[in-house]
Parts: sequence; C-alpha cells; structure tokens
Amino acid sequence: MEQYAHPEALVTTGWVEDNLGKPGIVVCEVDVDTKAYDEGHVPGAIAWNWTTELCDTVKRDIIPKEKLEKLLGASGIAPQTTVILYGDNNNWFAAWAFWQLKIYGHKDARIMNGGRKKWLEEGREVSKDKPQPKPATYSAKAPDFSIRSYLPDVQQAMKTKGAALVDVRSPAEFTGELLSPPGLPETCQRGGHIPGARSIPWGKACNEDGTFKQAADLKKLYGSEGVTPEKPVIAYCRIGERSSHTWYVLKYLLGYKDVRNYDGSWTEWGNLVGAAIETGPAKS
Amino acid sequence: MRAEEFSERRDRIEGWDVKVTLYRIDQRYHCRVDNVSPGATVSRGDGKTREEAEKTAVDKAKERLGKTKTRQN
Repeated sequence: MEQYAHPEALVTTGWVEDNLGKPGIVVCEVDVDTKAYDEGHVPGAIAWNWTTELCDTVKRDIIPKEKLEKLLGASGIAPQTTVILYGDNNNWFAAWAFWQLKIYGHKDARIMNGGRKKWLEEGREVSKDKPQPKPATYSAKAPDFSIRSYLPDVQQAMKTKGAALVDVRSPAEFTGELLSPPGLPETCQRGGHIPGARSIPWGKACNEDGTFKQAADLKKLYGSEGVTPEKPVIAYCRIGERSSHTWYVLKYLLGYKDVRNYDGSWTEWGNLVGAAIETGPAKS
Repeated sequence: MRAEEFSERRDRIEGWDVKVTLYRIDQRYHCRVDNVSPGATVSRGDGKTREEAEKTAVDKAKERLGKTKTRQN
C-alpha cells in the first residue's frame, strides 16, 4: 500500500478480516446490484442502497446533508469512525459512496482493495446476518464541492482546455456506438463523447482480481494520455459512479491535487440540446 | 460459511461477450452475468442447483442484452 500517495485510504481484505468487530470501525457494502449483499457479505457489514440512500430521490443530485447525517447516524457512524467501503463491480459504488463521504468531510474513509469479488474468491467467511447498529450522532461538514464538477465547469474546460477531461466509459460508449453498457438501460439521446476528452476506461486501473494496479502502472496509464498531476482533471462516465472510481485512483492512489468527478456525466451531456459532441475515436 | 465451488467462464450472449460466474454460499447457488466491456453486472440468478441459478441469470441476461443496440456514426 505504501507505493500509493494516500495508503491510509485503502485496506486489504486481510486487514478487514483482522479488524472485524473492532470498536470504531464500520464496514459497509455498496453494490451496483443492491441484492448482492443478501447472498452473503463480510460479517458485521451493513449495506447502503445507492438508488435510495446515496442520492436525492426527488431531484437528480447527491445525497443532501441532512439525509447523509441520518444515514450515517443510523449506521452507527460518528465523525471519528473509520468507514470501510466495499462492493461489487470492483467497488464502483463503494467509490461513489467514498466520494460523497469526502464531499461532506468524513475524515477516515477507506476502500477495501478488490471489493466483494476478492473477498468471495478468497473464500473468506461471509454472513447473511443483518447487523442492527447502535445509532450515533453525526454532524456533517458543509459540502466541499472542490471535488465535484458541474456542467458549466465542464463546458469551460472543453472550451479552454484548462482541465483534462477523462472519459472512463467503455470504448464503444466513447465512440458513440453504444449509448450504455451492454444489457443496461440507455439513459441518453445521443452517443459519443465530450470534445477533447481522452478515453481511459475505468477497468484499466484494475487487475483481474479486482485490486488496483501498481502505482507505477497507473502513472503510466494516465500519463501516456496526457493526464498528469500538474493539470486539473475532470472524470466522467454515464452516471458518475465509474468516474468516482477513477477520481479515487487519481486523487488517493496517485495523489493528483485537483481531480473532480463530473457526476452529471453522459446522462447530462448526452441529453443536452445543442451540446457539442464528438464521435469516433479520440483525436490525438 | 464461505463462497465455494467457484467457476468463471467467458461466453457470448445475444452477440455480446460476457463473463458467467457461479458459486455456492450455504445451500444456495448464485450466478452472475457481467458484460466484458465495461465489466458491469447484467443479471443475477440463484437456485438450489448450479443449473437453476445459471438458467435464471442467463435468461435475464438474454432479455437485457437483446435490447442493446449499436449505432453507426
């Protein structure tokens, strides 16, 4: 872990097993498929449903501050608690939850390297018990939107090239051949990518077992596309969760100072009337 | 209890490359179908046997993947 810029933000499956049940630590599973937890999960882990608990369910937005405070309090999480996040799909929505916890200033959040897949494949113990946490009081900080990009920020970056735009979707989504990953619902009217964006699919940051690649490999991956630490970076995908994963890699594993997640992502840009769109492979 | 009898294979469903993962937890078998690119879960199924779990997941995957259209630019 020491090879990464912020090793304190990542734990191994072994560390989690060794620390299960210790006071001050809450393990939380956040899956794309919210039924996965019910199959069996890390013993003692709670679950958050990203479709209902980690967003504003009326308007399209991240979780409001008051709702986050209620969720964390009900989960037995206080501001000083160590929160270990993991999930399916190599931690897509665990990273989404991590990003939101950081927006609201939670100090000690960590991701379990390899996520649910690695835990299961290693044959570690799982449980079907659903814990009943002792409620805590949580007072969140004012949101820090320096790690979030809104549409005007992205439009500006496209015009001025003041930030590197990183499209983390699959190559077929980037070119416009597909409007969504195969088998998932289409959520936009047009295909393609934001002009000037580089295509660096999220999965290139991971090994086959779901863990993150070595820091040297990650540096090479992003550096070879001109995504370097000196320049601000805006990552986007379709709905903002895959790009949280890349945001985490750039900010916490590589230590880039100014990285933002554009959670409006392609569902916003690809539905805008009159928005500039490029199709086909990235222009060099 | 632990996840046991793990198996993973590549396959093609409705023209799309997928990964089919099967395992057992306790007395239930679980199957997951993921698209290869970008690596998202398309469907899940479970059952008392491997075959039942796989059929449920693959049938759902067929329906969902069959709706995916490619576009020419």
